[in-house]
Amino acid sequence: MHIIQELLFVIAFGLAVYLFSRKAGQIRRNILLGRDVQLNDEPALRWKNVLLLAFGQKKMFRKPLVAVLHFFVYAGFIIINLEILEIILDGILGKHRLFAPILGGLYPVLIGCFEILAVLVILGCAVFLIRRNIIKVKRLNQHELDGWPRSDANYILITEIVLMLLFLTMNTADQAHSPFWISGQFTGILSGLSDTTLIAIERSCWWLHILGILAFLNYLPYSKHLHIILAFPNAYYSDLLPKGKMENMPAVQKEVQLMLQPELAGSEPASDVMPKFGAKDVNDLTWKNLLDAYSCTECGRCTAACPANITGKKLSPRKIMMDTRDRAEELGLLANKEDGKSLLRDYISEEELRACTSCNACVQECPVSINPLHIILQLRRHLVMEESSAPQEWNMMFSNIENNMAPWKFSPDDRDKWAIEMNS
Amino acid sequence: MAEYAAGGESPEILFWVGCAGSFDQRAQKITKAFVTILDKVGVRFAILGKEESCTGDPARRAGNEFIFQMMAQNNIMVLNNYNVKKIVTACPHCFNTLRNEYPELGGNYEVIHHATYLQQLIDAGKIKMKEEGSFKGKKITYHDSCYLGRANNIYEAPRKVLEALDAELVEMKRCKSNGLCCGAGGAQMFKEEEKGSTRINFERGREAVETGASVIASNCPFCMTMLTDGVKEQGKEDSVKVLDIAELIAQQIE
Repeated sequence: MHIIQELLFVIAFGLAVYLFSRKAGQIRRNILLGRDVQLNDEPALRWKNVLLLAFGQKKMFRKPLVAVLHFFVYAGFIIINLEILEIILDGILGKHRLFAPILGGLYPVLIGCFEILAVLVILGCAVFLIRRNIIKVKRLNQHELDGWPRSDANYILITEIVLMLLFLTMNTADQAHSPFWISGQFTGILSGLSDTTLIAIERSCWWLHILGILAFLNYLPYSKHLHIILAFPNAYYSDLLPKGKMENMPAVQKEVQLMLQPELAGSEPASDVMPKFGAKDVNDLTWKNLLDAYSCTECGRCTAACPANITGKKLSPRKIMMDTRDRAEELGLLANKEDGKSLLRDYISEEELRACTSCNACVQECPVSINPLHIILQLRRHLVMEESSAPQEWNMMFSNIENNMAPWKFSPDDRDKWAIEMNS
Repeated sequence: MAEYAAGGESPEILFWVGCAGSFDQRAQKITKAFVTILDKVGVRFAILGKEESCTGDPARRAGNEFIFQMMAQNNIMVLNNYNVKKIVTACPHCFNTLRNEYPELGGNYEVIHHATYLQQLIDAGKIKMKEEGSFKGKKITYHDSCYLGRANNIYEAPRKVLEALDAELVEMKRCKSNGLCCGAGGAQMFKEEEKGSTRINFERGREAVETGASVIASNCPFCMTMLTDGVKEQGKEDSVKVLDIAELIAQQIE
C-alpha cells in the first residue's frame, strides 16, 4: 500500500515539475524574443535592489495597510515552503512528518508558526477578495481587467485560502502529534471520530494540499501570479540610471555625427543592415521589457497614478504591460512565422501612446520594478521615425526646432532679447 | 559667453536659459528674476545667447531622435568649444537632458537646476532676505515637476528654498514622488490633449487651489503655463498666483 502511494506521489511530483519546466522554458524563449541589452553592471547595487524591492517589498509600503496584508501572504508563501519540503520528502520516502523526530521540541513550535502564518494568509486573502469584489477598489476593477484577468485574481485568492484550510485541517486531524498552536484549538470538532476516519481525513487533506500546490505551480505561468517568481530577477535587472534618462539610439547618433562632424565619426563603413527605429512589435523591445510584462501582477498602481488615465484618457500603463505579455505569448506560439499582426495598433493604439506625458509616475509606483514608459517611448519612436506619423502640431514643433532652434516659431535672433530689455 | 571667451576669462556658471525662458513671455519673467538674483549675489555668469539651441527634449520624447541628435550634438560642440564646466538652468527638462542625456554624446558638465543652485546660495548665506517678508505666514503650496522630482529625485532643494521665505508650506495630497504631472511633459506642451474627461492641468489646478494656498510655487516654465491655466479654470486667478521659486526669492531678496 505504502509503495503505491509513494509511486503515485513521485509520478505526480515528477509530472508537475516536468510540465512547469516546459512552460518556464517557453516563457524564457518568449522573453528572449526581445532585443539584447546589457544589464549586468554594478552587481552590488542590483543585489541591493533585489533585497529592498523584492525581498523587502519596499515599494509596497507606499500603501501601508495593503502592504502589511500582502506581507502576510508573501511571508506565508516563503516560509511555508519549508513545510512543503517536508511534505515532498514524506511523499517520496513514504514517511510521516519526517522532520518531527529530527527537530524534537522545536518541531511543534515551527508548525505552530506555520499555522499562524496560514491564518494570516487566509485573513489577507479574504480582505483582498473583499477589496476586489465588494468594496470594488477602482484600480482593481478597471475595464482592462474584464474577463480572464479578474477571474484569475479571484481564483488565486480562493486557491490560497483553500490550500491553507487544508493544511490546518490536516494538522487538526493529526492527533497523534502534540496539539499545534492553532489547529490544536479545533480538535474538539473532530472528537468522537474513529482513528480510521481521522487518518482518512488527515491523508485526504495531505494529498489535496500537495496536489493543490503542484497544480498551483503549473497555473502560475498562465497567471498574473507569476510575479512571485519573476519579481526577483526583475528587481535585479531594474534601471539604475535616473528615470528621466531616455535610451540612446547609437545608429542615429552616428548618422548625425557623420553629418555634423564627419572627422569624429570614425572610419568604419556603415552597416548594410538598415537599422530599425523604435519598436513596432514585441521583438523590437528589449528582453527586459518582456520580462517586465511577464512580471506584471496587474495591481494597477501604475494606472491609478497615471495623469492621463486619471483624466479619462485611453492610456493605461497596466494595459500596456498586459498587451505586451499577450503579444509575446502569441508571437512565441508562432515560432518565427508571421501573422501580420503587431503590438502597435493590434494591441496598443496610437491614441494611448499619444496621451503619455512621460511623467514617470507609473515607473515610480510599480512594486516589481516595471517600466511601462520605456515601451511607450519606443513605440512612439517607431511611429515618428518609421511611419512619419505624428499629430500636426508635433510636426510643426519638429520643423520649428529644425529651422528656428526652438519648438516655437520665433526668430533665433530674438533668443537674447530679454537680456537686452533688462539692460536697457 | 562669447564676450568672456574673447576676454580670455571664464565665468563661474553658464546660465542655460532654455527656449521657454528665452521666448515665452511668462517664462521670460522667471529668467529675469533669476538673473536679478545672480546679479545681486554677484555671481559671474554667462549665457550662450543666440548660440543656444533647444536641447532636443520635446523632439526626443515625441519620438524624433534625429532632431534630438542634431540639437544635442550641435549644443555639445558649442559648449565644449567654450570649455564650459558648470551649467545652471531654470528648466527641469533642459536640466534632465543636459545632465543625463548629453554625457554619452560627449557633453560632460556639472549641471544644476536653479532650485538646487538657489538652495546652495541660501545655505552659503549669499542670499539675504528682507526682514519683513511679504510671504511671511502666507500659505504656499509647491508643485513638483516630474523632471526634477521623479526623473531626478530632487524634492528637498526647492522646499528648502521656500522655507527661506518664512511662509507656511502646505503640501498637496499628491506631492513629492506621488506628485501629479501638470500635463505638459513628453512633448504634450506642443499638442492638444487626447480625448478624456478633463484636462490634466485642470485636475492639478483644482488640487492646488484646494490647499487654500495663495501662491503655487513651481520650478518649470511648462508647469507654469499649465498651472496658470488650471487656476484660471477654477476662477481663482485673482487670489491664487503661480510663481516660480526664482520669482519668489527675487521679490524678497535684499
